[in-house]
Amino acid sequence: MEQFAQIQVSHLFFLAFASLAVVAAFNVILQRNPIYSAIGLIVVMCCLAGLFLTLAAEFIAAIQIIVYAGAIMVLFVFVIMLLNVREEDAKTDRQKYLKFLAVPLFLALIAEVMAVLKTVGNPAASETVPGTVESVAEGMFTNYVLPFEATSVLILMAIVGSMMLARRESKEETNEIEAALTAANQPTEIVEESSEEEVHA
Amino acid sequence: MVPLSWYLALSAVLFTIGVAGVLIQRNAIVLFMCIELMLNSVNLTLVAFSRFLGDVTGQLFVFIVMVVAAAEAAVGLAIIIALFRTRETLNVDEADLLKL
Amino acid sequence: MLKWITLAPLIGAIINGLFGKRLGEKAVGAIACGSVAVSAVLAFLSFNQLIHAPKDANDVRRITEHFFTWISVGNFQADFAYLLDPLSGIYILFITGVGLLIHIYAVGYMHGDPGFYRFFAYLNLFMFMMLTLVLGDNLLLLFVGWEGVGLCSYLLIGFFTKWDVAGDASKKAFIVNRIGDFGFMIATFLVFTTFGTISFVTKNIGGQEVASFLTQVSAPTIAVGGVLTAIALLLFVGATGKSAQIPLFVWLPDAMAGPTPVSALIHAATMVTAGVYLTARCSAVVVKSPTAMVVIACIGAATAIFAATIGLAQNDIKKVLAYSTVSQLGYMFLACGVGAFAAGIFHVMTHAFFKALLFLGAGSVIHGAHDEQDMRNMGGFRKYMPFTFGTMFVGWLAISGFPLLSGFFSKDEILWKTWSTEALPTVAGFPLSKILWGIAALTALLTAIYMTRMMVMTFWGEERFGKSHGDDHGHASHGHDDHGHGGHGHGKPHESGWLMVAPLVILAVLSAVGGFVGVPAAMGGSNHFEHFLEPVIAHAQPHGAAAGHGAATAEQAAVPAVKAEEHHDTSTELALAGFSILLGLIGIAVGFAVFGKNPLKKMPKILEDKYKVDELYDEVVVTPIETLSREGLWKVIDVKIIDGAVNGTARLFGSLSGILRYTQTGFARNYAAVILVGAIVVIGYFGYIALR
Repeated sequence: MEQFAQIQVSHLFFLAFASLAVVAAFNVILQRNPIYSAIGLIVVMCCLAGLFLTLAAEFIAAIQIIVYAGAIMVLFVFVIMLLNVREEDAKTDRQKYLKFLAVPLFLALIAEVMAVLKTVGNPAASETVPGTVESVAEGMFTNYVLPFEATSVLILMAIVGSMMLARRESKEETNEIEAALTAANQPTEIVEESSEEEVHA
Repeated sequence: MVPLSWYLALSAVLFTIGVAGVLIQRNAIVLFMCIELMLNSVNLTLVAFSRFLGDVTGQLFVFIVMVVAAAEAAVGLAIIIALFRTRETLNVDEADLLKL
Repeated sequence: MLKWITLAPLIGAIINGLFGKRLGEKAVGAIACGSVAVSAVLAFLSFNQLIHAPKDANDVRRITEHFFTWISVGNFQADFAYLLDPLSGIYILFITGVGLLIHIYAVGYMHGDPGFYRFFAYLNLFMFMMLTLVLGDNLLLLFVGWEGVGLCSYLLIGFFTKWDVAGDASKKAFIVNRIGDFGFMIATFLVFTTFGTISFVTKNIGGQEVASFLTQVSAPTIAVGGVLTAIALLLFVGATGKSAQIPLFVWLPDAMAGPTPVSALIHAATMVTAGVYLTARCSAVVVKSPTAMVVIACIGAATAIFAATIGLAQNDIKKVLAYSTVSQLGYMFLACGVGAFAAGIFHVMTHAFFKALLFLGAGSVIHGAHDEQDMRNMGGFRKYMPFTFGTMFVGWLAISGFPLLSGFFSKDEILWKTWSTEALPTVAGFPLSKILWGIAALTALLTAIYMTRMMVMTFWGEERFGKSHGDDHGHASHGHDDHGHGGHGHGKPHESGWLMVAPLVILAVLSAVGGFVGVPAAMGGSNHFEHFLEPVIAHAQPHGAAAGHGAATAEQAAVPAVKAEEHHDTSTELALAGFSILLGLIGIAVGFAVFGKNPLKKMPKILEDKYKVDELYDEVVVTPIETLSREGLWKVIDVKIIDGAVNGTARLFGSLSGILRYTQTGFARNYAAVILVGAIVVIGYFGYIALR
């Protein structure tokens, strides 16, 4: 019974969230239907948000739910539904060996990491508990304001980029691109031909 | 208090699961989701260390990582959509033009 | 002034070579002859200066002139510097004199040839090289001239570029010469390593006075034999190549494919005497090696008689003269081998006169007979070309040893010195010198016979021109000197123009009186020639003089040697002289008797085939080398090994890439798997290190 006296509530919380996260993660990689994988990932993220709360990082936990689970995963689900993805046939896998290779590599990596982790002691948690919005904001707008601004530029690039990549070309654009390609490829017609053959093959 | 090593172990397991997923999955979108899983596990590590060392830098890093992950997801999915338009399939094995 | 002797023809060559095509025949001829004339005048003036120059400590008169320092590396110094002493003085006189006459002759002979300017450019270049050869004051500069005359010989033999025969002959000449040059080079290296200098005069090297190797080798303390024999023999190998002795004589008869003035100048009067010059110049080394002297004497005598027998059977007039040249060169080397270097040089000079005369005369005959060279198609020419006949008459008598002509004195001197020398050992009880004398005397007889045959077939008897007589050899013997004269063998022969006849006359005069500078004491003269040359030529020791203490210096040896000479019978000398006159007259008589009646008498086939020496060399030397090169060097080493290595490396990388290609599959998941494996390895390694 003494061992159970050591167990605290925080441990239980951790185990609950952790085991659910692991199960959901396996779900992500092993499901055939991508929607199920997406749902698994959402569950993982929510569990992680819970874990962040146990670590007293409330701001990050909130951000995790709002941004990751609420925006990014929604985007994923939209795309899956947009593209109307079917389940993949196992027979058409051209590299079946990877399925069998994954297990030993997985175990090897886990073993290595665990071996290293043994040396990590159990330091006591520090006195100052960062994680409140004030401390995060303090850090962000004084020491790390440059990365913060840089990320805003990054988001801008992402917006513009994804818009450009994903839209359909209009007729004029198609013709323009065709003309440019044929003009550029004039002297290297042989290359042009062979690459076309490969594409059709 | 939950020992630090437990958090790190969990993070490692989630990361490894993500890596295995990259190897196993053929669907491009699910591949992406496995990459997101890896990023999340790293986030966990960062926050854990931030708590145990008392420094807020770890959480700020997590913030940045999330932003980057979002941007990457957006652009990556746009590319997948564009790819899907030409090939009608999401199988990453079909994209092998770099073969010698 | 000495450098202008050599530079004048060089300038002539450059002008003719670069601008000759535009200048026209008259201008080209004038420049060519003019530059040689300048050279000749300067040569006479320099010679005059020399004989009035004071004698130095060793009783030698010499004039030196430094042009520029060529190589000066450590102890080795070779300059472009000229040395005029009695030996080179004699040489420049007859080189420029006879050369000038031949140039004038050639202006007439080569008239109408499209390569006129090229011919004279090469001829002037040859004069420059030859003069550098004799005026050089060290072995290396001599070698420059040596190689240069070889080059000019190649250019001039192959002058008629249309004829394959000419091209082959020029290549043969160059290659055979090269074999000799190899010996020369090794000898030069040996001289340098043994004596520390290759110069003929004392030089100031790096602040130290270094005596010439010729002086060093005469020192009493030098050991006889060994290295000195090697040097002497290797120098002789070089001389064999250049002066056509056994075994490297085969190029000279083939060289007759060149124009006749070339044959006269290069292959009679000047280039082929370069070997004799070298041997005389390095006489100090040669006399220190009894073995070398025996070798030189024997090869000289053997060549003399060998070539004389072949000359007896040739039908091409130029080939007869070519073999005659080889034979006479044998005489010169015989003289050097028995220690009578001065006699050898004397014969060089007289031979230059009468052989050039004979060759130019033959050219005149060929020209007049419309490019016919086969003597079987000549005959009775003496009424058509009286001047040519008259001058060749003198040359013929000179070479046969008719008394009082130049050839008589020089040949007789050689025969006397061969008989009376004490420098050679005895072989099987017989003194070698007497054996060699016998061979030389027999050769004199044969010389008279074959020269008479040549004269009889050409100038006397029934006129056979116009009817072709036999061309039973494969190679064409007529039409070589074809230069716009067209055709062969029709019409009557005619005398040549004065441009060609005048040099003939002058040479005839020289052949007649040229011998009087060397009349030996026994016959009442004072032998100016030998006394003039004495200071620069070493004296041979009697064979069997104790090795270990070599001779004293040349002039100390001169006194007892001169006295020793006087002790020999003057009567023996006169008796031998009488005997050789007799031989000459018998030879002429036999020639008339046998060939006067039957000019076309067939000689033994083996002589006509020149003992098949060329075929032998082909079989034994050329074919194995060719086969080795083709089968071994080309097919195995070049194709299989070298190309194999190069191509093999390429193929190796090709196949390596072919294998590596399989890693680029194009599948993203593969790449991810590889990265993962790599990451596991790296993490494992660092983890292992960290946990130890």
